[in-house]
Amino acid sequence: MQNSPLLRVENLKVEFPTRRGRLVAVDDVSFDIAPGEVLGVVGESGAGKSMTGSAIIGLLEPPGRIAGGSISLDGRRIDNLPYEEMRKIRGKHIGAIFQDPLTSLNPLYSVGKQLVETIMTHSDLTPTAARERALALLREVGIPAPERRIEQYPHQFSGGMRQRVVIALALCANPRLIVADEPTTALDVSIQAQIITLLKRLCREHGTAVMLVTHDMGVIAETADRVAVMYAGRVAEIGPVRDVIKNPKHPYTIGLMGSIPRIGRDEERLTQIDGSMPRLTEIPQGCAFNPRCPLVFDRCRRERPDLIDVGPFHQVSCWKYAEGVGHA
Amino acid sequence: MIAFVIRRLLQSLIVMLVVAFVAFSMFNFLGDPINNMVGQDATEQERENLRRVLGLDQPFYIQFLVYLGNAIQGNFGTSYRLGMPVVNALADRLPATLELVFCAAGLALLVGVPLGVYTGLHRDRWLSKVFLTLSLIGISLPTFLIGILLILFFAVYLGWLPSFGRGDVVDLGIWTTGFLTLSGIKALILPSITLALFQLTLVMRLVRAEMLEVLRTDYIKFARARGLSNRAVHFGHALGNTLVPVITITGLQIGSLIAFAIVTETVFQWPGMGLLFLQAVQFVDIPVMSSYLVLIAFFFVLINLIVDLLYYFVDPRLRADRAVAGGH
Repeated sequence: MQNSPLLRVENLKVEFPTRRGRLVAVDDVSFDIAPGEVLGVVGESGAGKSMTGSAIIGLLEPPGRIAGGSISLDGRRIDNLPYEEMRKIRGKHIGAIFQDPLTSLNPLYSVGKQLVETIMTHSDLTPTAARERALALLREVGIPAPERRIEQYPHQFSGGMRQRVVIALALCANPRLIVADEPTTALDVSIQAQIITLLKRLCREHGTAVMLVTHDMGVIAETADRVAVMYAGRVAEIGPVRDVIKNPKHPYTIGLMGSIPRIGRDEERLTQIDGSMPRLTEIPQGCAFNPRCPLVFDRCRRERPDLIDVGPFHQVSCWKYAEGVGHA
Repeated sequence: MIAFVIRRLLQSLIVMLVVAFVAFSMFNFLGDPINNMVGQDATEQERENLRRVLGLDQPFYIQFLVYLGNAIQGNFGTSYRLGMPVVNALADRLPATLELVFCAAGLALLVGVPLGVYTGLHRDRWLSKVFLTLSLIGISLPTFLIGILLILFFAVYLGWLPSFGRGDVVDLGIWTTGFLTLSGIKALILPSITLALFQLTLVMRLVRAEMLEVLRTDYIKFARARGLSNRAVHFGHALGNTLVPVITITGLQIGSLIAFAIVTETVFQWPGMGLLFLQAVQFVDIPVMSSYLVLIAFFFVLINLIVDLLYYFVDPRLRADRAVAGGH
């Protein structure tokens, strides 16, 4: 992490102009991803995690737009590239996996055609060589009888198999980073574990870094090296996955951890965070979590906290940890 | 697939039988044919004799079977007005109508699809808005008015194009074509535009609506995320997925083009089947009217059959056997 990061997101801000004014979906989000590292991004629906992922691959749905900050890949700024330039980075340097494998594949193209098309977009391989590579990829993601399967259409694959094809498509050009947006949410629980294991193994083998967006803390615990907890468009806490799970600092993270049932822990009941995440139109002044925070004090209602170091590589945006931090 | 074709053929046969029955009934419901054939001073005896000679004293189902038998052999009776076999009269006129319809349908597709794609992709450009506004005119102006305006402008004011007729035609044995002479081609232009305009705007608006729909789908976003070129995404993935509804509507519309060429043919005095039909109506020429009905129904059935078969080529989900959908 100390040496040059693969991906650096700095003070990213994503806005949606609407009739009732601008909605800020992602506000002042910063993080790095090192080569080969898996960063989990966790949060409730609407916390801005998927939006951050879309901003990184340059596919925010209009009218959403990046209103501030920067995104750099390997030291090169990519958030302000023209569409054609960014297109050449997508797929080749940054792969993407979306939530629903049932709708991610074009129903009218055979699986092989979609693979070959992607491979040939990013390399100079001949059609025959591209097909060989496609077969190898299908074999790698664990699709049985790839020679037969390659001619088939997406509707002939089950959900889990389709997500394997999607992973193969994301890995086509050996990208250095994959943005995986809820890759297992749409799958059966039994298939989820397989897909996560596959993704983890492939990325380790290829040295691919992953930004894993999910709301499933279990998936993060199993897969990620570090985790960023997002709340109302901001990073609430970020740190090594072990530290954040074992020793969460932000009251929101503490609540989040308390709400996960654990086998072998005889607690009577799960904790629950009162209230719900504010809508983007109604984010309160100061810390966005203050109306729900059990430890709220005066300063939380007035000023917005920045990320504060609480351990090695462990940062949290909470005034509770701000002793000694200058306050005029 | 074969079972499907056989089933569709049987359905088509039933439709044709029903239409033939309606066409057959016209003879009985539109006055007594004997009255039309004998002089006013014919005796009752002469009428009875003629009735027996023509087989009109038989029960209606025998008459219907005889009618069917004749129809299958291509004998649809003799035109009252022209005094020639109806089949010959229609065969003389068929090439004119089919060439007109062919040009109009080609024009509608070749212009309508690209305009639809353009307006779908760039819906905020002013040119798209111009096309959309113009398309409203195409949809709302009646055909005869468009025809008359075109004649007024291009034939009367400018004198570039003929205002009526087919020009010089070349007789190729069973087919007379206007494609081989300059005057024939010039004569085709105005009627084709007149006939095509409504279809063109319909195709354009349909393609636009479908494009907007498809461009929102996950597989288009995923195709972009794979870094495919805009051309591949727009014309391969997106346009392909708009084709099924476009084929359906176009197929139905070609049937309508043949049937409703009547108005255009009247405006341009185009020597096609529509004009023949109108003249037949004026003279209560029942054999021509009923044969026209059968012929048009035949075209509709044939086109629908072709459309159903085209689905198979466009959409793999319809042609594949579902049994092969594999497990995880």
